[in-house]
Formats: sequence, structure tokens, C-alpha cells
Amino acid sequence: MTDIGNVALWITFFVALWASVVGFLAGRTHRPELARSAERSIFVMWGLLVIAAVALMRALLTHDFNVEYVAAYTSRNLPVFYTWSAFYAGQKGSLLLWALVVSTFGSVALLVNRGKYRELTPYVAGTIAIVVVFFVATMVFASNPFERLGFTPPDGRGLNPQLQNPGMVFHPPMLYLGYTSISVPFAFAVAALLSGRLDTGWLHAIRRWTLVSWLFLSCGIVLGMWWAYVELGWGGYWAWDPVENASFLPWLTMTAFLHSVMIQEKRGMLKKWNIGLVVGSFLLSIFGTFLTRSGVISSVHSFSQSNVGWFFLVFLVLAAVLGFGLLAWRWPMLQAEVKLESLVSREGSFLFNNLILIVIAFSVFWGTLFPVISEALRGTKVTVGPPFFNLVNVPLGLMLLLLTGIGPLIAWRRASPENLRRQFLWPVTALLVTAASLAAIRMSDWWSVVAYALGAFVVGTVVQEFVRGTLARHRLHGEMYPLAFVRLVGRNRRRYGGYVVHLGMVMLFAAFAGLAFKRETEVTLKPGQSVDVKSPYGWTYHITHQGVSQYEQLNRYVTAATVDVLRNGKYIGTMRSEKRQHLDSLGRPTFEPSTAVAIHSDAREDLYVVFAGAVEGTEEAVFRITINPLVWWVWYGGFVLALGGLITLWPGAQGPTAASRRRAEPAGYVAQVA
Amino acid sequence: MRARTKFIIGGALVVGTVGYLMASGIKETGVYYLTPTELATKISTDHSFYNVGIKMGARVVKGSITRDVATQTITFRATDGTHTYPVIYHGLAPDTFTDEVDVVVEGRLQPDGTFRATTLLAKCGSRYEAVPRPNGQGTMPAT
Repeated sequence: MTDIGNVALWITFFVALWASVVGFLAGRTHRPELARSAERSIFVMWGLLVIAAVALMRALLTHDFNVEYVAAYTSRNLPVFYTWSAFYAGQKGSLLLWALVVSTFGSVALLVNRGKYRELTPYVAGTIAIVVVFFVATMVFASNPFERLGFTPPDGRGLNPQLQNPGMVFHPPMLYLGYTSISVPFAFAVAALLSGRLDTGWLHAIRRWTLVSWLFLSCGIVLGMWWAYVELGWGGYWAWDPVENASFLPWLTMTAFLHSVMIQEKRGMLKKWNIGLVVGSFLLSIFGTFLTRSGVISSVHSFSQSNVGWFFLVFLVLAAVLGFGLLAWRWPMLQAEVKLESLVSREGSFLFNNLILIVIAFSVFWGTLFPVISEALRGTKVTVGPPFFNLVNVPLGLMLLLLTGIGPLIAWRRASPENLRRQFLWPVTALLVTAASLAAIRMSDWWSVVAYALGAFVVGTVVQEFVRGTLARHRLHGEMYPLAFVRLVGRNRRRYGGYVVHLGMVMLFAAFAGLAFKRETEVTLKPGQSVDVKSPYGWTYHITHQGVSQYEQLNRYVTAATVDVLRNGKYIGTMRSEKRQHLDSLGRPTFEPSTAVAIHSDAREDLYVVFAGAVEGTEEAVFRITINPLVWWVWYGGFVLALGGLITLWPGAQGPTAASRRRAEPAGYVAQVA
Repeated sequence: MRARTKFIIGGALVVGTVGYLMASGIKETGVYYLTPTELATKISTDHSFYNVGIKMGARVVKGSITRDVATQTITFRATDGTHTYPVIYHGLAPDTFTDEVDVVVEGRLQPDGTFRATTLLAKCGSRYEAVPRPNGQGTMPAT
């Protein structure tokens, strides 16, 4: 079966080559039979890659350990759930998944836009095919998942225990979906540039795609944070590690695009900028992979350093030359239709929003690459860590939060003083009341006070929009309030979905601001001994060590330490943190021991207990106890964010007519209907 | 003043501030990343390096790790093949910290030649990738 998979990959390679040549030819010559051939080739590629994926999955599930990939990532005693996820646990399988996802998205894009954008689709097919050529070439020439060993091991090596976590089953595919789906907007941008059809048509075709990419990427990042938090045991969820930064960069540029695209739709401005953002997002997705696979930057998440990194670098350079070269070529055709009238306008606030997102991206990029940059410039490697990223990004993040509140409040074109007064009264009141209350309870961290006050401002904005919209519908159509609310959101999904996303962002900022109050202690306890830990809310946790036990479970040998926890004298639970030594099917130890963290979580704070080890031969145990305020809000903020994204994406009411450009629109639903 | 000009001024203010923050951030929090050999070279020419926080990337010498759980002290020797420094670290080591892994230690070199580490990061070449062997047992890739 793996032979079939291997052959399928090779055929895909040639079909993709054919499709890329024919696609561009069809775009130039307008010959429909060539266009059809390119389009069909994309579907054929998809079918072939499905066959290859099934072949690899079959090899994994049947424990065909003669296949190097199967032997390296699975074992007989690995639960089926994780055998399934081993498909993308390693580089080779990931590449196959990437190729499959790109061709799936490409096929869907062609099917959805069938009969539309006739001048664009052949180029889109050609560009998608080039991306697939690259991924498949990387597999067949450098990193083949079907490679066989010269011998058949009796059992595989098994999956790294840190990857045996539900978060790791969903986090990588989400990120890959986010990374790869941006190929479709990129392909449309290339197509628009090549064909010269630079009206807003191509934007309509890709706006949703970018939102899909953004949504997958957001979910992937939050799931990755969750995995790091529950699995790695260092007590946090974000460390500004190069791998994390790599996923954050395209997220920033996509977020910028999702805002600036509105300016182009409504006002015909920022055309070059938008194409630049799409091309940049695609390049950053590839760059992220290059960074982690090439070993250029050392990261704690060390993946194997392989020549695959150089395949990515070559592709990155080619894609950059293609994307930005075409943009430069079409520069004169991309002039703005109108000029910016006033900075105190929706456009003005969006311009600053874009500026800040890009500046954040630049600082993260610079900080991540600084070891390389400093070595090139001064001959010595200098690294920067979380203090650098926090110093630069905390003020920028707060400015962005402020703009999140301002943007929806001010009118397009030029806001009148009357508009400003009416719109800002309540949100600013919310801001001031929150700031005053926090000052009154003497919140010690100044940045956090600012963050919560601005958070209240944004919530004020969003609530005001929902309330005024609902009231207006009630008045105009005589609808009951709940119905008016549902219809309001249903009829303006993009807008109100966007507001829900903003609420999710506020929850995330609230959680990040809570990090300022994190407390951490390390303590060694004999059974029966206890320790008191103060929480930032003033509570006292009384933690008593109950003893250490050892037992065998599933595919591992467990040493567990148990503690009883009282909060202000009231029992809140028994927590158990484990050291796990994973075993192979013959009972021999594999991998280094891993840690299972014990977490007691509620909306206010998490108690995070790590059993770090026992004193040799005794039950005296070392614990690291962390109090993490408001971590819960990261996960639920992520959930709200995703919900908002889904509302915006939900198909229906908004056809191309609704999205067609209106020259100017007064701020607020009320102003529109009144 | 035209809106465009205002935006350019505002933008320049933002970019300027961030540029300043980045420059001072790098100056204040940037840490030299050196191998033991590079550190030895630097130290021999510039004694002020004893007072600077640095990161050292090296490999743990096999059998050199001693752990004292009661005082949470770990000592080991770190090498790049040419130069070797003894390292002292107080705190909890990551699970992946073991013989012959690559580590990044952050701290200061003491005048007595020991490296006093405040953070210890371990990375393992086999952490996510592995090479199967005929006996079926997992092994670290030979690097």
C-alpha cells in the first residue's frame, strides 16, 4: 500500500507541474480547454493526495514498522487516538498533510467560484499547483513519508509523551489549516495582478478565505497555548519562543488585512497595501516553517534540523519575488480612488490599527531573528527574550485595544463633533468608572489598570452597538427585543460577528493583564507537611502533601504526588501531579520522563501544582506551586473569538450585493436607519 | 493640514517610539549567546565579561550531573568539545535535562571559572524526531 502511496506522490508531482504550466498559459491565452485542464488537474491532484494519505494512515494503523515514519512515531501500545495523530507528529507526515490541505482548499476555491472570475481562475489553479509542486517535491526528493527501512523492527519507537495530549491532536492541524489556507488568497492576489483585473472582484473572492485562515490560525494558536500550559509544566502559556512567534506573525498581518480590506471595499483606498498584506501573510506562513525546520534559530521546540529548511527558503524567495515583483509591475494600476479626508474617521482609525499591527509584527520578527541579525552585523550572537517582547508589545497592544474601541464608533469619511459626543459618551464613562474603581482598590500594576480600563471601553462600545441596533429594530419593525437582537446579528453578520471577536480579544487582554499578578513558589515537603501560599486576591491556600504513590497505567509507569488543598480554611479539592515514565511494549523505558501537571481552575485564578521529583527513596517531594490569575479567560476568550469568526463567516444573507461598495456610510446602525 | 500629512506625522511618532523601545529593549535585555569556546575567547580578552549576563549553549558531559533534591542544586559540566565549564544551577530542571543533551544556560561566569546559571533550558534532538533501530528501542539520533 505504501508503494501505491509513493507512486501517488510522484504522479501528483507531475500533474502539479502540468497544472502550473497549463494554468498560467490558460490565463495568458484565454483558451478555455487549457483552463479546464488546469482546473481538472487540481481535482486529480487532490484525489491522488487522498490516496497517499490513506496509504500512510493504513501503514500507521496496521503497524507496518518497516516504514521508517511508522517506526519513528508509533508503537504497538500507543492508543489508537494518538496513532491517528502520529500522521502529523513528524515532519514527513506534516508535509503530506500540508499538500493535501492546500489541494483541498484549492479544489474548494475552484468549485465555489465555478463560472465566476473566469479571468482569474486559471491563474489561481496555476498558483495553487506551484505550491503543491513545492510540497510534493520536498517529500519525494528530501523527506518521503513512505521511505522504508533496511530491516523491520519488532516495535516502533512510540510517540513522544508530550505529544500524547488532546491539545496536540488538534493544535497542529488547526495551525496547518491556517498556514495553508492562506495559499488561496495568495493565489487570487497573484491572479488579479497577472490578469490586471484589479477591481474589488478578487477581494470578494478572498475576504472569506482570509477569515477562514485567520480563524484556523487563531484556534491553532490558542490550542497551542493550552497544550503548553497543561503539558509542559512551566506554568505559563506563551514564552515568545521562535515557534510561537512564527505562528503569531501571519496572524498579525491577516488581522491587519481583515480590517484594511474594509477600507478598500468602502472607499477604494489602500489597494497596494492590501495586496502586500496578502502576499506578506503567505510568505510569513512559509517563513514560520522555514524558521523551525532549518535550525537557523535555536528554539526550545527543537524539531529536527534538516535540509527541508532549505527547500522552504528557496520557495520563500521565489514566492517573494513573484508576489512583490508582480505588485511592483502593477503599481500604477493600483492608485487610490479617493483621498483620506480626515484622520478623525473610520478610515483614520483603521490606518492606525494597521500601522500598529504591522509594527508589532516587525518588532516580533526583529526580536526573533535578532540572534541572526546581530551575528551578521557585529559578529556576536545576541538573543532577546520575553522582557524585550513585553517591553515593546505591551504599550503597542494597549494602543491597539484603544483603537478596537474607537474604530467602530467613528463615522466613515469625517466624524462630526455631534457624532463623536453621541458615540463616545457611554464607552468613555465605562472606561473612567473602571479606572477609578481599580485605583480605589489600589491595584498595584499600572499597566493592568490601563488594560482593564481600555477593556471596559471596548466592551462599552460593543454593548452600545448591540443595544442601539436592537432598539432601532424594535422601533422600526415593531419586533420583540429578543427577535430584534437575533435579526440584527443575522442581517449584519460581518459587522456584529466582528464585535463578538472584539469581545473575545478583550477577554484575552484581561487574561494577559492578569499575568502581572502571577505568584510562584518552590517547596520541599515531607508527607503530612503543608505550605501556605497567598493569592493576589488575598486568599490563603493551605496545601498539604499526602504522599507519593507508584503504579503502572496504560503505556507508562507513574509516580504521583497527592496534595490536599484548602482555600481560606475551606477544602477545595485533592490534586495529583505525576511523573510519567513511558514504556514500550516490552516494558522497557522510552523517552525521558514527563510531567503531568495538576490544575485547579476557576474564572478567577488557577492553582497550578507541579511535582518536580522525590528525594531519593523517600516520599519527601519537591513541588512548584504557581498561582495564575485569570488564565481561564484565555481559553474562553479564544472560544468567543472563534464564535465571532463563525458568525461572520456563516453563509447566507450577505451575498455580493450586500458586500458591494457603498461610498460612505454613517457610523452606527441607528444613524443609518434613523 | 491635510489628513494624509497628519497620518504621516502620527505614524512617524508611533514608529519612532517603537524604534526607541526596541533599541533600548535590546540594549537592556539583550543577552550574548556564546559557545564555551567563544566565551573562553571573550573572557581572555575582556574581563568585564565576568559581570555580564550571558547565555551559553553547550552539551551536558555524560555522567557529570549531580542532583541534590533537598537543596534543589544541580551541578554538571557543559562542553562544546573544546572547552568545558562546570555549571551550578539552583531550581527545577526540565524533564528533558539528562546526559548528553544540548542545554542553554543563562547566568554569569564566576571568576573561579564556574558558570552560575539562573535558567536552564534543555533541548533534545529526539524530542519530536527519532531514528528507529533494529532492536526496536528508541535511541537518540547520532549527532
